[in-house]
Amino acid sequence: MTEPIVININNEFDIVLARQKGREVSKELLFGGVDQARITTAISELARNIYLYAGSGQITISILEDNGRRGIQISASDNGPGISDIRMVLQDGFSTSGGLGAGLPGVKRLMDTFDIDSVPGAGTTITISKWAR
Amino acid sequence: MRIPILKLKDYLLVSIQVELDDQTVLTFQEDLLNKIKDSGAKGVVIDLTSVDMIDSFIAKVLGDVIVMTSLMGTKAVLTGIQPAVAITLIELGITLENVHTALDLEQGITILSQLLEG
Ligand SMILES: Nc1ncnc2c1ncn2[C@@H]1O[C@H](COP(=O)(O)OP(=O)(O)O)[C@@H](O)[C@H]1O
Ligand SMILES: [Mg+2]
Repeated sequence: MTEPIVININNEFDIVLARQKGREVSKELLFGGVDQARITTAISELARNIYLYAGSGQITISILEDNGRRGIQISASDNGPGISDIRMVLQDGFSTSGGLGAGLPGVKRLMDTFDIDSVPGAGTTITISKWAR
Repeated sequence: MRIPILKLKDYLLVSIQVELDDQTVLTFQEDLLNKIKDSGAKGVVIDLTSVDMIDSFIAKVLGDVIVMTSLMGTKAVLTGIQPAVAITLIELGITLENVHTALDLEQGITILSQLLEG
């Protein structure tokens, strides 16, 4: 089992770094080109949300193994303001920053699993995963 | 990182070959509008053949820059969007409505000349 890769997100260049690492790992896991783009895009969305709404946080990329199947898990965590209404932020088009509001609902569609754990005033952790076919 | 903008007759040609960090995308938006003003170009082709990922931020800035070019009286065409990029954009829920697209740069220029003549 390979060690998880941790990318600290403090500025917009860290967003690029996080998605490059995600692309590398998904290539290693032999994901097809479309899945690589889905994973990279999902990481970019979550990393940008950390940067925009929490200021800083971490993206952790790990490899999943289950009975010979392999997958990728990405966890995005921050100690920012948290999300009080999770249903609302999962609606297409909802944004508090004048964005497209496509990030979270989009990431949910791009990946196989999507979990939000958020405490208002304490922070947010979003964990997503995808299995290689 | 600055994205080069080339002038060919009445057109501006842009081929995005660099990793798109936020600042690069925003600088490009400004550079392109200034170049349209300075050159009096009638059309713009933005080629995305080498772009392997477009997230909602990049999509928004690209969509905005196309609306801005049209406000300035210039036609813009996006070319070379990769299949994987097209699929992820749709799954994100981004349709880039009212944006002219073509398979490659050459067809982009053909479409531009049709748009400008017709
Ligand atoms: N890590 C986070 N911490 C706090 N709020 C967040 C976080 N991520 C997303 N949000 C909230 O959820 C909303 C929707 O996010 P998203 O779907 O990515 O769209 P956008 O970023 O375009 O606004 C954001 O506008 C913001 O209010
Ligand atoms: Mg977002």
